[in-house]
Amino acid sequence: MSFLVNLALGLLFGIGLVVSGMSDPAKVLNFLDVTGTWDPSLAFVMGGAVITAFVGYRLVLKRSKPLAAAAFQLPAKTEIDWPLLLGSAIFGIGWGLGGFCPGPALTATTLGAAGTYAFLPMMFVGMWLARAFASRRVAAPA
Amino acid sequence: MTEFTPIASTIGGILIGLAAVLLIAWEGRIAGISGIASRLLPPYADGAFPSHLGFVLGVVAAPLIYLMASGNEVLQTVSSNLSLMAIAGLLVGFGSVYGSGCTSGHGVCGLSRLSMRSLFATVTFMTTAFVTVFIVRHAS
Repeated sequence: MSFLVNLALGLLFGIGLVVSGMSDPAKVLNFLDVTGTWDPSLAFVMGGAVITAFVGYRLVLKRSKPLAAAAFQLPAKTEIDWPLLLGSAIFGIGWGLGGFCPGPALTATTLGAAGTYAFLPMMFVGMWLARAFASRRVAAPA
Repeated sequence: MTEFTPIASTIGGILIGLAAVLLIAWEGRIAGISGIASRLLPPYADGAFPSHLGFVLGVVAAPLIYLMASGNEVLQTVSSNLSLMAIAGLLVGFGSVYGSGCTSGHGVCGLSRLSMRSLFATVTFMTTAFVTVFIVRHAS
């Protein structure tokens, strides 16, 4: 059941990416190119998504628990630490090089571009490395 | 050049936000694609693998369903520089997981929760992305 609900929600999310134009790396890179061929569309995607989620989260979090789980799992950490900043900086460089963040890279899977098939496997390698790296850091004595 | 699409982009953004709201209402989780996709890899801790797999398959299938529903092909332009794209993929995968989130987890969900960590993360990755594009397109 959770599989099917998540499949439907992933579809909704992915169709959002397609409708918004964010599945096209050229559009993303043009947003990031303020001094060149600037396309502000990405700001409207973020605006629509953040306003919807801001209102929706407030309504949902008034409930005592979610529909299909015992409790809400919200990130508990509040500290601004080096992994947060370093990881985000590295992510931004990769995003600026290829125009793909993880969601649009996934929607590109079936669209046949050669660059996508260079990007996607390496994205999963990077994710695996980061998880291995982070768990070692946690396991190491403080 | 790409066409400025304020209306379609706002509608698409609302759909993305709606998916995030429904996911927290259903399972109480944050709709961060880097978090969900990276948990398809071992180790598996929380028994949520079927959920993560379902969500990722949904995102992957979206252009096909969109084509069937609207009759429009999903157009995109991806760099054909394969070594550049491989390096970009490695940096995106490593950075988003090491930094606990990407454009969806920090940018959409975190900012909506008014999370300070997500604000710092979003400003950081936006800044390095702007600088990277500037260097690639205008400084070389």
